[in-house]
Amino acid sequence: MASFVPRASKRLRLAGPSSPSSWVCNDCRRTFASSIRPRQQQQQQQHHHQQPTPPHPSQDDKTTHFGFETVSESLKAGRVRDVFSSVAANYDTMNDLMSLGIHRLWKDYFVRSLNPGIPPSTTSSPRGQKILDIAGGTGDIALRHLDHSTTINNDHKTSVIISDINPEMLAEGMKRFASSPYKPTNRVSFLEANAEDLPTIESNSIDLYTVAFGIRNFTHKQKALAEAFRVLKPGGVFACLEFTPNLSNPLLNAIYKRWSFGAIPLIGQVVAADRDSYQYLVESIEKFPSQAEFAGMIRDAGFLIPGHNSPGEGGLEGGWEDLTMGVAAIHKGIKPA
Amino acid sequence: MPPSPSLPLRRILTLPPALRPRAFSILSRPPPNYPSHVPLTNLERGTLAITSAIGSLLNPRRHDLIAALSETTAHPYFLPRLRRAMLANSTGRRILRDRPRITSQSMRLEDLRKLPDNTVGRAYAAWLDREGVTPDTRDPVRYVDDPEEAYVLQRYRETHDFTHAITGLPVIIEGELAIKAFEFANTLLPMTGLSLAAVVRLKKAERARFFEVYGPWAVRNGLRAEEVVNVYWEEELETDVGALRERLGIEMPPDLREVRKVEREKKRAEKEAERKTMGG
Repeated sequence: MASFVPRASKRLRLAGPSSPSSWVCNDCRRTFASSIRPRQQQQQQQHHHQQPTPPHPSQDDKTTHFGFETVSESLKAGRVRDVFSSVAANYDTMNDLMSLGIHRLWKDYFVRSLNPGIPPSTTSSPRGQKILDIAGGTGDIALRHLDHSTTINNDHKTSVIISDINPEMLAEGMKRFASSPYKPTNRVSFLEANAEDLPTIESNSIDLYTVAFGIRNFTHKQKALAEAFRVLKPGGVFACLEFTPNLSNPLLNAIYKRWSFGAIPLIGQVVAADRDSYQYLVESIEKFPSQAEFAGMIRDAGFLIPGHNSPGEGGLEGGWEDLTMGVAAIHKGIKPA
Repeated sequence: MPPSPSLPLRRILTLPPALRPRAFSILSRPPPNYPSHVPLTNLERGTLAITSAIGSLLNPRRHDLIAALSETTAHPYFLPRLRRAMLANSTGRRILRDRPRITSQSMRLEDLRKLPDNTVGRAYAAWLDREGVTPDTRDPVRYVDDPEEAYVLQRYRETHDFTHAITGLPVIIEGELAIKAFEFANTLLPMTGLSLAAVVRLKKAERARFFEVYGPWAVRNGLRAEEVVNVYWEEELETDVGALRERLGIEMPPDLREVRKVEREKKRAEKEAERKTMGG
């Protein structure tokens, strides 16, 4: 299993760094295999022991969180991109190890409950649905959408656009689809884009917008929700599968947190040679809004949320579905007609 | 004023810092003591030690796991001992005060190659060229809490290539194991001893060579040599290699690449002869 890591397994040859995802400090020429690659000159001073200077935002005064770190908003997308470039190669293995395989059950249930695809008998002119899977680089949700619509609903026209900000994740997705039965069809397309801004997708053109384990990494979640609202057709469905910051049961939550902050970065170190990316991932879960707050954000973007009660300011009650005692949650919304 | 702790409690509190129950948990880590520092609880340290030991045995090219193994097994006794050995020596003390780092900026290969042939610097450059590596690959120390001990371990890691250079041993597993055996006898770091478990990965002939020639060489020289971590390599670049070896008390082992080449040719000759007699 350790053989999955080409980057950490080679000593540096005289020809230069062996991996594009490592970076070389301009000052001391040390090579770091870490994904946390500071982009500003000031931040590159950070790793020198003599004068550790904390990075301060230069262009923007607006800051946001990157895990527990505070970074300038303009930098967050780049840093997230670097994290996912680093984890792309072992993404599925690491997901299996971190969630003990349960992520497969979550994703299966997520797609099954959305029931993508239109059975041929229910419509006279079968067009198939247009699905947009955001932050879906490696294609595991998209593949499930296609399998479900093809095998369960007998719909061979439904297509998926897989969008991701990170080209390495998209490359993993392309590899997966190259060996799938959908390769000869035109049912899958890949789009490298930031979910906050999708100019190439027309408004009111998507039937189903899904984002699984992606939205907690977005710099401006509300903007991404607004963009989701724009591209969906009236009556279209927004569905989001995401980790929650806290479990409902306090004792289980204590155990879960210790697993997250102790075991997961350690597994990242041993399997993927990258403790920092996995530390970022668990910190980003911690920083994500609660289910009620997030449902409020979805409602504020204009969606109708089935099954919620109590309107008014702040979050909602109900209106989402907890999975595995609250480790993850599915949020759904419908664009009003 | 708090009551004085009972005797058994006092015994627990006076254990060396590495064995004392940690005052923090996974969720309440203290701030780092130096930039790349990650304070680990005892459970995390133990788990990382075991998993990195297994991982690096399965894939010896995972230098980051070997690094993690060295950091998690360095306490309670061995890294403080190495630091004390540095403090007991005047050059070691200067190194601890100056904290020099070895990188390709501080060790410019182009300048080193220009040095006269029998100098340490030239031998270092020649060895790097022969093996096809550069000085940049050392992972930063992360799991050692004391900043000075972290530096000692970092210094050991960065000067490992110099030990290679003055003994001439190559980067192949056989050479690395010989160096590790030497370093175990010399520095007593547990990782160096544990990594000798990798002899199971050697081929039969290599293993035989290790137990007959290089192992005994390593133990003999590691024990009688001065602490190699106390060498201020940046100042010794123009010293004569032979003089340095004599000062330290290290004898050159047989050139491993030559020995292997000779054996390869012998085998090839034997195969040729066999083929001739069989085929005709």
